[in-house]
Amino acid sequence: MSDQFSAWQLILNGDAALFEIVRLSLAVSLSAVALAALVGMPFGALLALSRFPGRSVLVVVLNALMGLPPVVVGLAVYLLLSRSGPLGAMGILFTPTAMIIAQTILIVPIIAALARQTIEDLWTEYRDELTAMDIGPAGRMTTLLWDARFSLLTALLAGFGRAAAEVGAVMIVGGNIDGFTRTMTTAVALETSKGNLPLAMGLGLVLVAIVLAINAAAWGTRAWSERQVG
Amino acid sequence: MRAPSSDLPLVLDGVTLQAGTTTILDQLSLTIMPGAPTLIVGPNGSGKSTLLRLCMGLAAPSAGRVTRGGRTDSKPVRRAILFQRPVMLRRTAAANVAYALAQSGTPRSQRAARVSALLERVGLADLALRPARRLSGGEQQRLALARALARDPEILLLDEPTANLDPAATRSVEQIVLMAAQSGIKIVMASHDLGQVRRLAGDVMFMVRGALCEHGAAANFFDHPTTPEAAAFLRGDLVI
Amino acid sequence: MAFRFSSFASALLLSVLASLAPAGAQDRSIIVASTTSTQDSGLFGYLLPIFKAKTNIDVKVIAQGTGQALDTARRGDADVVFVHAKSQEEKFLAEGFGVKRFDVMYNDFVLIGPNSDPAGVKGKDIAAALGAIQAKAAPFVSRGDKSGTHSAELALWKQTDVDIAAVKGPWYREIGQGMGAALNTAGAMNGYVLSDRGTWISFRNRGDLEIVVEGDKRLFNQYGVMLVNPEKYPSVKKELGQTFIDWLVSAEGQAAIAGYKIDGQQLFFPNAE
Repeated sequence: MSDQFSAWQLILNGDAALFEIVRLSLAVSLSAVALAALVGMPFGALLALSRFPGRSVLVVVLNALMGLPPVVVGLAVYLLLSRSGPLGAMGILFTPTAMIIAQTILIVPIIAALARQTIEDLWTEYRDELTAMDIGPAGRMTTLLWDARFSLLTALLAGFGRAAAEVGAVMIVGGNIDGFTRTMTTAVALETSKGNLPLAMGLGLVLVAIVLAINAAAWGTRAWSERQVG
Repeated sequence: MRAPSSDLPLVLDGVTLQAGTTTILDQLSLTIMPGAPTLIVGPNGSGKSTLLRLCMGLAAPSAGRVTRGGRTDSKPVRRAILFQRPVMLRRTAAANVAYALAQSGTPRSQRAARVSALLERVGLADLALRPARRLSGGEQQRLALARALARDPEILLLDEPTANLDPAATRSVEQIVLMAAQSGIKIVMASHDLGQVRRLAGDVMFMVRGALCEHGAAANFFDHPTTPEAAAFLRGDLVI
Repeated sequence: MAFRFSSFASALLLSVLASLAPAGAQDRSIIVASTTSTQDSGLFGYLLPIFKAKTNIDVKVIAQGTGQALDTARRGDADVVFVHAKSQEEKFLAEGFGVKRFDVMYNDFVLIGPNSDPAGVKGKDIAAALGAIQAKAAPFVSRGDKSGTHSAELALWKQTDVDIAAVKGPWYREIGQGMGAALNTAGAMNGYVLSDRGTWISFRNRGDLEIVVEGDKRLFNQYGVMLVNPEKYPSVKKELGQTFIDWLVSAEGQAAIAGYKIDGQQLFFPNAE
């Protein structure tokens, strides 16, 4: 990506490197959200509906893990995937796959903790009806997850926001390789360290604009869906 | 397929239910027989709701025994309950009914037809595709009835279902309840509205402070109450 | 409807993952651990397309400080290292992590400072300049990150008879970051910093900074390249890695290095044998 142009000029010129960076950022973060939802939502729902000794400890720990520092997650995943680490033979360090793994780990707690709270609140409302219909544990989870879908969408957006904004994890496990593992956030960090501050700021604003657009799209989808089925 | 066993007669034998230090049901013994609707009346706090939840199997007694058709297991196969404020699932009216049908084991191929029939029965056929949460109070209660009837219940318990409804909505609900009774479903309903009791009851259970004060045919309850509390209640006095 | 949505989502996810998965056996790429100064100067952006056009090998550069780059190679996570701290490189070789070291190119370091020159270093040689900075406790930014530049800076302090570890005070700021960040910090605090010329030439945020000392023989900065030892890490792509090294030291590669210029100035001077 040329240093001479501002971010806006790069967009207008259809700069290939910029679009590749945007594409990679979205691919990594959206994949991480999808995987984290697959893991985190059922787990959060299960936790909301179960009672067992030590449950409150688990809830507190899960909530606290929402604040996992990205750079720490990145370092941990790096040590796992390094050639001299336990999973080195997989050879996925410094690839987008490693970045997805790191971001998924980072945002699973966010999605699970928010899902747990949402489902727990909904359960107090639905408990009598669902018990009266003799619905088993699996049915309860799926019914509540579906009925809470609009609130859960906010949890997904929170996870996406965290993933799209972080730089520590993807920098360490991805290596910020030009044309291969460079994302919006690592590009901003790089341009800043090179002293190209206007370009860095421009890239940052592009990132913010994209995240805003995604949130707007999610909101629109939700509004449309609510009109259909309330 | 084995014919499901009957829940009736539903017998409470010395049932006490305590929540902490408060006694909600006190040594309650009663029998609910098949037949005309049984209405449960009494002042607020007399334990009507708790009694219904107990009959449904949503609450367990602290002491005493509940037997249904001679058995003590409590799988709610052909039992349904309606609450004062129904909880609508976040989907269309038709989907709510379809959900109840699916839960009670109706095969997928039959569901659409049964959904239409049930909505027809409760007068909501025109609102099938309306989001259930956007129905009025009366419509929601009728939808709750459709869901309950979807379970093909033998016994239908209702906890003051029209307490929050206007007279027109109340009438529609009562009509559906009456038609259900006429089709052979045993109705057990709590009510605070004596007019409603007069309109619907076959027999009446009068409760005060968690105990059964009177139990008999409706006519006898209204014309010849045997206890001073019942007489006071019918007069409209506060029964402490 | 829930079922249809979730099957669509799974299909989307699988296609995304497929596009992101590593290519596997067909993958003609190597990982080169190099330094932030080499990257920030723009040299790789110029050289690598030339190399790829010739050999169809993708060179993936991880840019870190020299110390960190060598550590990455020690863990087996790189195929080639390309750094500029000869003593650290020779230690790496002695430990058995590298196969052989080749000189590739050199540039020089320059002392950067504010044009107001509070420590009065202009016109001095590098040792006297550093001595003056320490005596006046003028703000000085150090990379502090075991990089090649940091190693060079520490070696220069030794030349001045200043035991920097003992006398460093609040005027000596170790930031633990790359060259660009160090220059930004020096500009912000009106301080001095040792930089490689390549990064300085391509640095955009100069403010009041300028070169205050240059040309001293002690500011010479040699770059070396090594293949990571495949006997330590069989996963090292030795043929592809060696191809890259061979190209760098070949007449063609050396000419390419000499051909890289910013504003008409050559940044790196090839000196392979």
